[in-house]
This record gives sequence, C-alpha cells and structure tokens, in this order.
Amino acid sequence: MPETHFTKDHEYARIEGDIAVIGISDYAQSQLGDVVYVELPEVGRRLAMGEDAAVVESVKAASDVYAPISGEVVEANGALADNPAAVNQAAESGGWFFKIRIADRSELDQLMGADAYKSYTEGL
Amino acid sequence: MSEKIQIPSGAVLAKTPLHELHVELGARMVPFAGYEMPLQYPMGILGEHLHTREKAALFDVSHMGQAFLQGADHASLAGALEALVPADILALGRGRQRYTQLLNNDGGIIDDLIVTRSASPADDGSLHLVVNAARKTVDFAHLREHLADNIRLQPLEEQALLALQGPQAAKVMARWCPGAAELSFMSAAALKFDGIDCHVSRSGYTGEDGFEISVAAADALRLARTLLSHADVASAGLGARDSLRLEAGLCLYGAELDETTSPVEAGLAWSIGKRRRQEGGFAGAARICAELADGPKRIRVGIAPEGGAPAREGTEILSHGGSPIGLVTSGGFGPSFDGPVSMGYVEAVYGEVGAPVSLVVRGKPRPAHIVALPFVAHRYVRAQVQTRN
Repeated sequence: MPETHFTKDHEYARIEGDIAVIGISDYAQSQLGDVVYVELPEVGRRLAMGEDAAVVESVKAASDVYAPISGEVVEANGALADNPAAVNQAAESGGWFFKIRIADRSELDQLMGADAYKSYTEGL
Repeated sequence: MSEKIQIPSGAVLAKTPLHELHVELGARMVPFAGYEMPLQYPMGILGEHLHTREKAALFDVSHMGQAFLQGADHASLAGALEALVPADILALGRGRQRYTQLLNNDGGIIDDLIVTRSASPADDGSLHLVVNAARKTVDFAHLREHLADNIRLQPLEEQALLALQGPQAAKVMARWCPGAAELSFMSAAALKFDGIDCHVSRSGYTGEDGFEISVAAADALRLARTLLSHADVASAGLGARDSLRLEAGLCLYGAELDETTSPVEAGLAWSIGKRRRQEGGFAGAARICAELADGPKRIRVGIAPEGGAPAREGTEILSHGGSPIGLVTSGGFGPSFDGPVSMGYVEAVYGEVGAPVSLVVRGKPRPAHIVALPFVAHRYVRAQVQTRN
C-alpha cells in the first residue's frame, strides 16, 4: 500500500521515495462535479505548505488547490490539459496534479492518514 | 482546496411543488432566490447540459414569479403596461408572447419578463407575466405603484412552472398534449396535458426548442413524473440552465442586467417595438431613444477565451493595448461549445466581432477575442410567417 496523506482541504500527497504526488481526493472530485480545466504550477517552483499551488475548475466554479507539504515542483501532469476529466475518472491515480521533491518530511505528521481522512469526510 | 464561489445560505427557504421529486431523484439542493432548488442531479451539470441539447430535459422553474394583469380590455391594459416597458404590447396578438423589460425612469432594467396575451377572446384584457424569482417582490410593488387602480395584479402563488427543453421536446409533449406541438415559438395556449389543465407556451431559456408549462401546484408532481417517464427526458438543474443560457447568449438578471443597464446596451434593442421607438412614452425613453440614435457607450458582447481557463463573472477585460475596457458578467465552461465562454460589457469601440482582448484571470492577462452571440445557434421553431415588432 502506498503511503498517502490527506489535508482537511482535500488534497492528497502520495509518497514515492523523496517525491510526493499531489492531487485532489476522490471525495473532492465528487463534490466538484465535472472538471473542465486545471491550472498547474511550473516545474522548479518552490511551494510552501498551504500555499496556492494549482486551480481546478468545474463547470460552476474555480477552486484553489494548496500545497499539502513544502517542496519543489519536479513534474506537472500535462495530460490534464487535454483531458481534465481524468480528475473525475481517477482522482487518486491518473488524475494527479503535480509532483514535488519533499522538503520536510515532518510536515506529513500534520496531515491525515487514509483512514482518518475517510472518517473526516464521512462527518462532512 | 477551497471553492472561491460560495452560495449564500438564506434563512427560511421556500420549496417548490416538485421539492420531493428533486430529493427523490438525488438532486443537490441549493438556496437560490429564497428557494431550495436543484443545482444538479446525479447525471451532473455537463451531462444534463448535453442531454438538453441532444434530447429533452425537464427543469423546475416554479421559483419564477407568475401573475395575471387584468384590465377592462386589451387596448387599455396594453396602453397602461406600455408606460413601464418598451415592447409593443398593443400589437401583441391573442396567444402570442413577447420578451420585454420593466424599466426605471433612467432606462435601467428593473427586471426582464415574458408577457403573454391570452389566446381566448373571453379573457380579453388579461396578460400573463413571468418574472425573475429574485425580483418578483420588487416587480409586483413597481407594477402596483405605477398602474392605475382599475388594473388588477394577481400573483399566481399556487402555480408551478416547468420547462421542457430540447430538440425532442415537441415529440415528447405531443404524446400527452398534442396541441403543444402545434404552437410556434413565442405562442401559448390553454391546453390539457393528459387531462391536466395547464397553460403551455413554446419558449424557454436554453436556445433550444421547448415549452414552458404553467400548472396548478397540486397537479405539478403528476405532470413532471409523466414527462420524466419518457425515455428521452432527463431532469436538469440550475447549473445546466445557466450554462445553456450562457451558450445561447441570453441575459441573466443580476449578471448582464441590472437597474443601471439599458436594454440597448444589453443588445436587446430587437425587443423594443418600432412604434415605441417613434412614439416614446415609456419609462426611460429619453435615454433609450438617445442610445438607439447615437449608439450606447458600452455594449454586451460574447468573449471566447483562447486558453482553457474560464473567465468568470467579475473578470476584468483589457483592450489589446492593455487598458481596462469592461468586465465579464457571466462566464464559465460551455459544454456544447466545448470551451470556455464569457459575456460581458465593453466600451462600444472595442466591441467589434473578432477584436482581440485580454481577460485578467488570477492576476494574469490571457488572450481572448470578441465573438458574435450566441455561442451555440438557437433552434427555435418559428411560425412560417414571422411577425416580430
């Protein structure tokens, strides 16, 4: 099982060695509805935990996506430009947003594990 | 992640006669103009939008204000209403309807509305009005204040309003209400729908062929369930209604229209009767006639963003040279246009179709250009002999 952490704002960070794969949770995509546009950070940008990092737009509204932890952007999911619906179809796999090189692992302690996040969304 | 657009929660929300049906169908209910309304059903806004353009969709628009205006006869009633609206109401034929605007003395729009003259000679001197939900209190007070005492305004509180929209709408209606399919665009008649008394007009707010059905609240649920039993009909919510009207280039009160905006600026001069332009004699006529003669300072335009980013309400519009020339009033993603679509107002000199502009989204100017409205062609079923004022 990959190690995945979630924020209260519904971003996830899936840990792959030194890299964290960032996206929005399946719960978040179901709440947003049809995603029609995603704006991603540039490679090389240094993000601080909680900073505005990306934007996801549904038919109705634009939402900010925050960096769940600090780090430098090493890759953005270019496939989302042509197929933003991938966020709806596979939010926590193929619909990832960007990858960062983890700056400070201790920040992960402030996030929720998968089970804690599941209980959190059930209470919303 | 956080949503920038929040829907304000109201205090006590009214429910339409179809409320239990919405809940049963799994709608996401939201507060809108004092009502608890379906934003979308499980199909989702995109799916509901495309279904409407391909087949037919049922919308609950019972939150809208309906009323009868009653006077001694058509001529006197029309004459009285014409003091408040710029459309030619006098020339309105029996069973015909017209889109117009209630204007203030400065030519600003208090509301936009549909006025229908009853098809029955027995009801001569009666006009049916449909006004916006959020404006009905203001509208009715305005009408009462400005119309003489011998004209009676009777709000129809116990009347639901359903809209069936889409290319299959006529075929669907014909199964239970054969008379409906014989109506032409902007015509109306009192008809029976599977035995239910209703008032059907061929009109709508999507750019598609379709019908609006005014029916007693007590019969609304049965009528809606009957329509939904047809394989081609899906229920659609306010989300799809908004993206459909935006692609169709239709104005939304509170977005494109408000008390400072004139119908000429809004591109609604087509709804101002020829005789009315010559004679004047309506609220705001001085401004309207001057704008018709000299052109308005600003105009409503369609704008197509060139990247994928939607430019939503409030987005600043810059000229090619970078100076501010206006604001977006509605914007989002057009599912049938298959790209972002916006409407807004720009200084008239910048409003030429094809002109390049920039839209400032999240602090960054992005390329876009002015386009002709609508984004998606209207498919109204008009009478063979078109009579437009």
